[in-house]
Amino acid sequence: MPEVRRLLPESTCRSDPASPARFTERGWDRAMERALSMDPDEIIADVKASGIKGRGGAAFPTGVKWESVKKALGDMRYVVMNADESELGTFKDRALLQQDPLGALVGVLIAAHAVDAQKAYCYIRGEYRQAEGRLKDALGTLRQLGWVGPNGVDIEIRRGAGAYIAGEETALLNSIEGKRAEPRVKPPFPTNQGLWGRPTLIQNVETLANVAVLLAHDVNWFKEYGSSDTSGTKLIGLSGHVRRPGVYEVPFGYPLANLLNDSDLGGGVAGSQRLGAILIGGAAGTFLSSDEINDSVLDYASLARYGANIGSGALMVFDDTVDLRWVLRKLARFFSDESCGQCVPCRIGTRRVLELIEHGGLTTRQDDLRELSQAMRDASICGLGQTAPVALLSLLDRPDLIQG
Amino acid sequence: MHDQLRLTIDGVNVTVPQGSTVKDAIEATNQSVPTLCWHENLEPANACRACVVELKGSRVLVASCSRAAEDGMEIQTTTERVLNSRKLVAELLMSTSNADLAFDLQHLAEITGANPGRFSGGATWERPLQDDNSLYVRDMAKCILCYRCVQACGEDAQNTFAISVAGRGFEAHIDAGFGRELPESDCVYCGNCVAVCPTGALIGKTEWNLRQEGRWNEEGLTRTDTICSYCGVGCALTLHVLDNRIVKVTSPADHPVTHGMLCVKGRYGYEFAQVEGE
Repeated sequence: MPEVRRLLPESTCRSDPASPARFTERGWDRAMERALSMDPDEIIADVKASGIKGRGGAAFPTGVKWESVKKALGDMRYVVMNADESELGTFKDRALLQQDPLGALVGVLIAAHAVDAQKAYCYIRGEYRQAEGRLKDALGTLRQLGWVGPNGVDIEIRRGAGAYIAGEETALLNSIEGKRAEPRVKPPFPTNQGLWGRPTLIQNVETLANVAVLLAHDVNWFKEYGSSDTSGTKLIGLSGHVRRPGVYEVPFGYPLANLLNDSDLGGGVAGSQRLGAILIGGAAGTFLSSDEINDSVLDYASLARYGANIGSGALMVFDDTVDLRWVLRKLARFFSDESCGQCVPCRIGTRRVLELIEHGGLTTRQDDLRELSQAMRDASICGLGQTAPVALLSLLDRPDLIQG
Repeated sequence: MHDQLRLTIDGVNVTVPQGSTVKDAIEATNQSVPTLCWHENLEPANACRACVVELKGSRVLVASCSRAAEDGMEIQTTTERVLNSRKLVAELLMSTSNADLAFDLQHLAEITGANPGRFSGGATWERPLQDDNSLYVRDMAKCILCYRCVQACGEDAQNTFAISVAGRGFEAHIDAGFGRELPESDCVYCGNCVAVCPTGALIGKTEWNLRQEGRWNEEGLTRTDTICSYCGVGCALTLHVLDNRIVKVTSPADHPVTHGMLCVKGRYGYEFAQVEGE
C-alpha cells in the first residue's frame, strides 16, 4: 500500500507552503468556515467521535481534553501548540511544519474556538529555525486573510532554548511564563490550571493538524483510515538501518514489518540487511526483537503486548551487528544530560544508570538497576524520569538481544 | 457537609478538613511521613520524593506533601513500591552528598534500611567550601538540592530572589545569579536560607567555626526566647547560647509575625549584646 497523504500535503501540491493559495488548496478555508459555523460543543463532539488521540506520545483522547478545558473555570483560556519536538529519532513535526505549516495553525484556531480561548502560543524547538520561519510566514498569511488578529484569536510564537525537558507540557508552560523549564506536579492539570494558572489546552503539532483535516472533511471521512481501536493516520520517523529513512504517514494498524520493508516506505533493512532490533518510541522507548516486530502492528494495544508504545512515532532500526549495549549507553547519557535536576530519582538516578551500565552493570548489577529503575518510574515527578529507564528494562527483559 | 473529606490510609478510615494534603491525612492516623524538602512554612517543592505513597488508581506514586486530599482516596504507605522508592531516595542522596549534618536524611536511611554505599563510587557533589562572607558558610558538598533555600529567598519569605537553581541534571546547583560570588550577588544576608537548610550545607559562620574547632556542643546549648530590639515589628528571637555566648539566633517556626524568618539585623546583629567593657 502506498503511504497516505493527509497530514502531509500531496506531492503534487506545488504552492508555497505558507501562501494563501496553499490555504485554499489544502481546504483550510473550508475547515475554518465549517468550524466557525459550528457550535463549540458540536466541534468537541466531532473531535471525540473522530477518535483522535494525542500524537505527542501520551495518546490521550483529544476531545476529552478539549471538554475539560471548556468546562474549567477561568476568566481566560489559552491554547498552546507544542512544537518543541526533541525526542530522539523524532522529526515528524519539523517535516509537518516545513511542508504544511498552515494545517497545524488552523488546528490551533479551531481549538481556540472550541474551548473559547482568546490567545494561543506556538512553542517551537529553538533549533528549528527553518520550520520557525515557515510558521512565521504562515502566521502572516493567516493575519492577512483575517483569521488571526486582535479581533479574534491572537497567536504568538515562542522559541525554546535547547532543553529536552521544555517539551514536557508543564515545563513548557513554565518556559512560556519566563521561568526555568521544570515540570510542575500534576494535578492540577493544565486543563484546569495551565499558563498563568488559567485553563490551558496544550497539544502536539500533529494532533492539531489532525483536527484541521477532520474539520476540512467529516468524521466518516476521517475514520476511513485506521484500525478499529485508533482511527486516522500517524506520522512515523524512520531512522537508522533502513534504506529509505524519513517521515512517512501511514494508517494506524499498519504492520510494523511492512513499515520497514515496503518499497515506498522503509525499503528494507540496510547495513547487514539482517534486522537486529528496533527502538520504538524514542529514547524513552522499547527495544523490540525481529519476532516481536513481525508480530506487531502500529497500534497501542498491539504494542502494549510487548510493553511498547508508539510514543511520538520514532522508529530506530538496528541491523544485527549493532551492539545494543552501546545504544543504551548513548540513551543513558542523553537522559543524564537532559534531566532538569528537580527531583532526586531522576537527577541522581539517570546519572547512576549511566555509570552502572558504563561499568558492566548490565550483567553484574541487574538487581540494583531494576530497583533503581522501579524507583525512577514510580517516584519521578514527570514523564522524563518515569520513562528514562524503559529502554533499559526492555533490554534486561530481552537478554537475547544483548548476547554475543 | 462538604468541608470534610473521608480517606482510607492503609485501610484505616480518616476524616480531614477540606484543604488538607494527603500527608495531613496520613498524620491524622498517627503515622509519620518522612520528608526532606518539605517545610512547614514553605510551598512544597516536591523535589525529594521521600514522602511518596501509593494512591489507588494512580499509575505512579504521589508526593503526599503536596497532593491535595480528595474524598474517597485510598492510600497505601507501606507497599513494596513505596518502600523501594523511599529507600532509593536515601541511597541516591547518600551517594552524592555529605550527610554528616543531614539528620532527616540519616533518619530516612535508617527507617528504610538503606545501604548508603550501594550507589557510591560514581560522581558526587564534592566541591570546595565557600567561605566568602562573615555571616554564613556554604558547604555545598552537603547540599541535596531540596529547593528550600531558593523558596525562602524567593516568594515564600524574603522576596529577594538572590539565588536560584542553575544547570541541568546532575549539574543542577544553587547559583547566586550568572555564577556570581555571593558577595557580588543580590543577597541581603537575612539568613533565611540558612534557617531552612536541612543538611548544614548553609550554616552560620559562628556555628561552623565552633564545629571546626570541636567546640560545638548541642547538649550544652541553652535557648532563650526574646523580642528583637531593632525595630517595631516585634519578631520573636530564640537566642542559642553556649558558654554564655550567643552563637546562633533563630525564630520559632510557628511565630505569627516571623514564621521562622528574620532579617539580617535580627539574625546576625547580636554581637553588641556581648561586648565586654567600654
